[in-house]
Amino acid sequence: MMLNGFLVVGALLFALGATGVLIRRNAIVMLMCIELMLQGANVTLAAFSRYLDDQAGFVLVVFSLTVAAAEVAIGLAILVALSRVYPVVNVDQLDSLSG
Amino acid sequence: MCVAHLASVVQRSRLRNSMADNLETTVAFWYLAIAAVGAGGLMLVARNPVHSAISLVIVIFHVAGLFVILGAGFLAVAQIAIYAGAIVVLFLFTLMMLDMRRLPEERVTHRQIWLGIPLGILLAIEGVVVSVGTPEISASIKGAFPPATVSDLGGSTQALAVALFNEFTLPFLGASVLLTAATIGAIVLARRVEAHEQADFPQAAEGSSPVETPAEPALEESAR
Repeated sequence: MMLNGFLVVGALLFALGATGVLIRRNAIVMLMCIELMLQGANVTLAAFSRYLDDQAGFVLVVFSLTVAAAEVAIGLAILVALSRVYPVVNVDQLDSLSG
Repeated sequence: MCVAHLASVVQRSRLRNSMADNLETTVAFWYLAIAAVGAGGLMLVARNPVHSAISLVIVIFHVAGLFVILGAGFLAVAQIAIYAGAIVVLFLFTLMMLDMRRLPEERVTHRQIWLGIPLGILLAIEGVVVSVGTPEISASIKGAFPPATVSDLGGSTQALAVALFNEFTLPFLGASVLLTAATIGAIVLARRVEAHEQADFPQAAEGSSPVETPAEPALEESAR
């Protein structure tokens, strides 16, 4: 059945994004990997919505797009503000709060 | 009997077409799925963040294609307009503003990679096992928008609008409040502190230009 195929794609995209957040140290690339995780969740939501004959999943994808846009705007603004003080993007070097 | 059987076969094949299970959509699905996952993998291994952003655009376009297969044309267009048109452009602008060439190269191997990759593979296996094991959806739990109702309403976009502006009106208004708050927050966070305001921010007033304040290594040495 086709639903399983869509679910596999969604799961793989989510796992790739989670792996990227874990292994990449560049803050901007980590934000992109979070976007990849959201894409995987969107595929799953849309597939279930289609095969359950329901519109709620599609509506949730619309909200997910909205939240992704807001998240990226705030995340990149924080990075730009941070880069004025510490010109690094490697998250391992941003450890001033770790005592 | 034969005619009835033929009619049932025709009806079943029509039903199957409506469930997007015919040959063209299967081929398109496999292409889109492999390309999306492959571009996602390229995004992880690209050293240059700009290449990662381009891979993200490829993933976004192929996921938009998957939305088309699922019969959600509006979502596909919104996906391309918002993600490829706004979010990735925002990423590229930030990469341009931060000027990656001045920054030290990202180290490829660090100690988190040895935990991150096995955990990622574990998550992928787990997700695939659960996805493959998902049973076929029975008719008893289906929702209020079967394909016949959707085409009666005038298409998938109209059906989405019916759901969005009846059942989900309050979350929709909440999303607009969220976007307004995010816009104001981004402007406040990313703007420069003006000269006449610097008295309120003593740290910013110390250096003549906030961009050229000492970097992290100097700060670390003073801490030691």
